Amino acid sequence: MAQETRNAYGEKIAELIQKDENIVVLDADLTKSTKTIEAKKVCPERHFNAGIAECNMMGMAAGLAASGKTVFASSFAVFATGRAFEIIRNSICYPKLNVKVCATHAGLAVGEDGASHQSVEDVAIMRVLPNMKVFVPCDQYETKAVIEYVAKLNGPCYVRLGRGKVEDVYNEDTVFDLTKADVLRKGNGDVVLFAMGLMVQEALKAAEELDATVINVSSIKPLDEETILKELKAHKRAYTCEEHSIIGGLYSAIAEAKAKTDITVPITPIGVNDTFGESGKMKDVLKKYGLTAEHILEVVKG
Amino acid sequence: MDNNELKKHALNIRRNIVTMVYNAQSGHPGGSLGCADILTYLYFEEMNITKDNVAGKNRDKFVLSKGHCSPALYAVLHEAGLMDEDLNSFRQIDSKLQGHPNMNYVDGVDMSTGSLGQGISCGVGMAIANKLDKNDNRVYVLCGDGESEEGIVWEALMAACHYKLDNLCVIFDLNHLQIDGDVEDVVGPLPLFDKAKAFNANTIECDGHDFDSIRKAFATARQTKGVPTVIVANTTKGKGVSFMENNYAWHGAAPKEEEYKIAMEDLKEVD
Repeated sequence: MAQETRNAYGEKIAELIQKDENIVVLDADLTKSTKTIEAKKVCPERHFNAGIAECNMMGMAAGLAASGKTVFASSFAVFATGRAFEIIRNSICYPKLNVKVCATHAGLAVGEDGASHQSVEDVAIMRVLPNMKVFVPCDQYETKAVIEYVAKLNGPCYVRLGRGKVEDVYNEDTVFDLTKADVLRKGNGDVVLFAMGLMVQEALKAAEELDATVINVSSIKPLDEETILKELKAHKRAYTCEEHSIIGGLYSAIAEAKAKTDITVPITPIGVNDTFGESGKMKDVLKKYGLTAEHILEVVKG
Repeated sequence: MDNNELKKHALNIRRNIVTMVYNAQSGHPGGSLGCADILTYLYFEEMNITKDNVAGKNRDKFVLSKGHCSPALYAVLHEAGLMDEDLNSFRQIDSKLQGHPNMNYVDGVDMSTGSLGQGISCGVGMAIANKLDKNDNRVYVLCGDGESEEGIVWEALMAACHYKLDNLCVIFDLNHLQIDGDVEDVVGPLPLFDKAKAFNANTIECDGHDFDSIRKAFATARQTKGVPTVIVANTTKGKGVSFMENNYAWHGAAPKEEEYKIAMEDLKEVD
């Protein structure tokens, strides 16, 4: 099955808002796109539209959280984290308020809308904020688990969600431990692929031919350094696969963790190479920017 | 509390504002002195905040959106007996009295502020929370006139009116000065009264140094249903210290020893 992670978010938040009357959901005129409309359908009294005013939405979220609410605030990733960055920094992260920024339409997979709407730097700018935790689920099941998990965590969280359909990696029976990087495939070769988001599926596809180890790193912060460094050490070559700039995201997080150790295994980044995207069908954009299993194979095989 | 008692408290607060900034040789005395009477009224008359409930959530809240006026907030919390921290620690290392207020360090501080413009949005969130919780607590936000140049101020006011937040009262501290000079010379945010009115807020003008005028404005705000209130309070930046009044140079400057002596003389108690 294939599903959009934003759809999974909509389903899960609709479920949670009915179970927990402390939850409030905010949106910035994108309720149908971010899928918070699902929460509005079942609980209109605790869903508020801030209008096309992402900064105000984050400030409202801070005020609600300061009054004890668990707040989910959604917009497109580029606006939620970019436009409202400084509100998230000063009014949410600095006072450590209980706001979950659940941003959809992240990465180049936004497709046709083009570069203005394709966020390739959101993980970098959320990861750098003190008190912020950062999650990038790879499929519908992991998304639901992450949403349930962050709802229970006290403090700011960023959840990166996508617009397009992605194949299932997990299933309904999967038991998630979101504090751990998940070794999805144990390979017998020299190569380990660390991936986040929709690149997990691509890494898995590429891994068959390479007999590579594949690790889903869905918690970018905190980072499960123990698993990551152990697997790094156990292989000769490592690659990071992310639908995000190679600056500041998964590659940076893993390279930073490695740099503190005496591990010498080289890590090669596969991601958006310090460039903006462009319009096109999701699969065409991902192909052109090298975010496919085929490109992973090309890079790994040299 | 009668006006004479309020005036005495305000005078103590002003003395502490100047002393804190003098001791730290850092801080923002001008705006702090200018809003001292409004804060005195809020904490001694208007808000249901006491020593017993200051640490809790079930009470009126105050957001100092113009967070650089923290000396006024710390001084009023101290004067009202709501805060134990030593005012002399203001802006010093390891102190809870940060240059701009941190809500997690001081019980009476209801929101961490400092980056201008964000306080009204936070107040909107708090006012919505009060409505959801079906309590009668009110939310007060003090915003500078220069601060109103931030676009988020108007995003927030739009939302406050849309959501009919009659439990929210925004006070614009209209002292006409900002760091770079007269607000009208910098970029011209006025008239605030007309702008707030155009957003459909209940809009009131008052003299921010006259307790009768302040009292009347807050009473009207409290009685107004269905819309938030915006009080445009006419104030004098640096109020009470002769050489600081209406001089933007004292927005963020600390007095030297001689100046401090003059200021304390200006703020002498009179029987």
